[in-house]
Amino acid sequence: MDKKGKSAPLVLVVDDFDDAREMYTEYLEFAGYRVESARNGVEALDRAFAQQPDVILMDLSLPVMDGWEATKRLKADLRTQKIPIVALTGHALAGHAEGAKQAGCDAFVTKPCLPEALVGEIKRILTPGKRESKAKAR
Amino acid sequence: MSRNRILHLPVGPRAVGQAKLELVELLLGLDDAATCAQRALEFLARFAGVEQGVVIAADVDPELLIPIAAVGVSSLLAGEFSLSLDDKAHPLVRALSGRSPTYFKRGVTQPHTPLDGTSFHAFPLRSEALRDDAGVGLLLATAPGLNVDPDAQWVAEVLGEKLTRLRARELLATSRFGRERAWLYGIINAVTDPILLTNTEGKLLIANARAEKLFTATDDASEGRWRAVGLNNMLFSAALSASTIGQHASGRHEILLVDPIEGTDLLFELLSSPVGDSGAEACVASILRNVTDLGRAHAEIEENYRRLRAAEAEVRAERHRIELVMDSVADPIVVTNPAGDVVLLNEPAEKLFTVREDASNEAQRRVRANDAHFSSFVSNLLFSGSALRHRGEVGLMEPESGEAMPVEAIAGKVLSETGELTWVVTILHDRREAIENERLYEKLKLASEDLENRVQSATAELAQQNELLRRQAIELEQASAMKSQFLANVSHELRTPLNAILGYTSMLIQGVPGDATAAQKKSLSRIDSNGRHLLTVINEILDITRIEAGKMPLHVTAFRVSELINEVMSELEPIVARSRLRVSTEVSPRIPVLRTDRQKVKQIVLNLLSNALKFTHEGAVKVSATHNPRRKEISIAVSDTGIGIAPENHDKVFEDFRQVDNSPTRAYGGTGLGLSICKRLAAMLDGRITLDSELGHGSVFSLQLPSSRRR
Repeated sequence: MDKKGKSAPLVLVVDDFDDAREMYTEYLEFAGYRVESARNGVEALDRAFAQQPDVILMDLSLPVMDGWEATKRLKADLRTQKIPIVALTGHALAGHAEGAKQAGCDAFVTKPCLPEALVGEIKRILTPGKRESKAKAR
Repeated sequence: MSRNRILHLPVGPRAVGQAKLELVELLLGLDDAATCAQRALEFLARFAGVEQGVVIAADVDPELLIPIAAVGVSSLLAGEFSLSLDDKAHPLVRALSGRSPTYFKRGVTQPHTPLDGTSFHAFPLRSEALRDDAGVGLLLATAPGLNVDPDAQWVAEVLGEKLTRLRARELLATSRFGRERAWLYGIINAVTDPILLTNTEGKLLIANARAEKLFTATDDASEGRWRAVGLNNMLFSAALSASTIGQHASGRHEILLVDPIEGTDLLFELLSSPVGDSGAEACVASILRNVTDLGRAHAEIEENYRRLRAAEAEVRAERHRIELVMDSVADPIVVTNPAGDVVLLNEPAEKLFTVREDASNEAQRRVRANDAHFSSFVSNLLFSGSALRHRGEVGLMEPESGEAMPVEAIAGKVLSETGELTWVVTILHDRREAIENERLYEKLKLASEDLENRVQSATAELAQQNELLRRQAIELEQASAMKSQFLANVSHELRTPLNAILGYTSMLIQGVPGDATAAQKKSLSRIDSNGRHLLTVINEILDITRIEAGKMPLHVTAFRVSELINEVMSELEPIVARSRLRVSTEVSPRIPVLRTDRQKVKQIVLNLLSNALKFTHEGAVKVSATHNPRRKEISIAVSDTGIGIAPENHDKVFEDFRQVDNSPTRAYGGTGLGLSICKRLAAMLDGRITLDSELGHGSVFSLQLPSSRRR
């Protein structure tokens, strides 16, 4: 994988569940991405404004501020408006996907999602012109 | 005009007085006005020196002044004079009414008088007693001057008295006779029977108007009438002579004459009797009494009598009919007169108001009681004034049984043409049946109300139960929703750790933290496959939950069945490769593009093929797709040569958590949810899954779908 340090895309992983966050962080770094992480929506906003990531991986069930709210705010802010957000949720019910789309998410991924499938989705999102379609992993 | 010259001789007063006496005596003996006047004029000529004199009498009919005597005047000339009394302006006419003599001066008098050419006095002639009347005549006597000759005045008075008396007598004579004669004629004419006075030969002397019609005819009458009159005369003469010959004192004969106008026969009774002296002119008075009319009247009376009899018979028949009608009415009818007495009863009324004489005392008492009740009812109407009807209830009794019989009575007045009350007709209607009906109706109403109450309480109970059911349904719905939520939560809670397990296992297998040994990799593969199976189970449970909660969305797109089948085949390629089965596909080229939820069709086919591979140990599995254009359906069938399913278990395999072998020691894995989910998904797509299988002879699961699902 590509290991060019600063030139590698920066992924912000937002998840309150440590095992999941650290697993995705480890695998994304293994796959050659730079990774920042946040444990809740408020942290996610801080990191996003500060670091300007290339893509945000957003778990929707978060403490303090949930993923939908955080997404809405990011999409409402000029600084972070154009950053693609991939929603990630353990809830497979239809309402979640719809809510995520309305909040402004660019893609929607259902847990469990294998690390390699997630990387595939991120690659697809970062490829110009492919942002609109979404993957549904199982 | 020539004049008779009268020689004037000198006469002494004594001679004049003697002459006056003689004149008065002379006049007394005379009855003729003209002679009296002539004597009076001669006296004047002789003793008063009157050269010319004329007496003019006022005649009554016509009313004329005509000279009746003259002296010294040509009687021819005098006779030519006449003057109508209507000529009131004429001095002579006026002189007639004057109180004193009127002087006519010679040459001054223009009007024509009998003494033209000389001056004269005109003395009105009247009785002193009738001073105010117009005179009966005038005495004109020549006079030398205006002074009135007293002798002439005296003669005028004497003559006036005489002529007045004569005139009165004359008038009396003519008027009495005329009146009596007129009366007599009137009487005779008023008699409606013909009356005749004839001589004994039957020659007509006098006839009244009726008799004239029978026995006379005018010249201009018709020939028929002449003949009829002639015949009548002949018949009458014959009858009259027969009666005189018969010497009947007052002969009565019938005589048949002819009506000259109508030509009909008239039958008369002839009554004739001799009139007047039995002397020279014996007359016979006859009265003909018309008995034609009498005969006719007799016939008419008989006819009227006959009619009366017929009318009576008719009345009797009418009454009989009325009685029959009344008797045929089941309700009692009573007719009473204004005094309240019963005039007519029909048969049902008789049973109430009359009894046989040998009836029991009780029955007689009841009849009297009925009568009393009825009378008091009718009197209500009789004393009610102008009301024509009266309605009320009367409590009667059946005379024989004594059973109470309440009746509704309606009494009506029958009025004559002049509005007088003639009868009261009362109809009694037995109320017992009506009362019984009312009682039954009341009972029925009570029963009906009871029933209604019961129905109402049952309805209320039902409503209550419905409400209960509704609440239970809501509770069930809530419970179901809670179950779905619970399962969703469980699913989430299971997925989160499973995500980590599968993720790290995958990373270990990929050698992210460092390469593992072959034995380690084999163990990691076991963890991986079990983790995936657990995920499948979790997903299937979640699918069922979503479908049941109605939260499975449909995404209809157009796609090709062949592509979908290829996708399924490639996804299951690893399992196929391991199975050593002959797996084939056969897709009809004529299958149209399918419009439905692609993901769900894929899930169904994936499931069916997985099952076929799982339950088939050897032989072949085949996936085929066909199209039924008539039903606009496509069918995707998965057939295998596996263990098969007994027909009695065909329904069971589609139930939740169900395998044919449900024992804890069952040989095949799986949640038992797969077919259940497939069946539900097929239903969502308006399709169905059918099974054709027998134990030991393989199975064919077919998915039938409409080629285009409407959304």
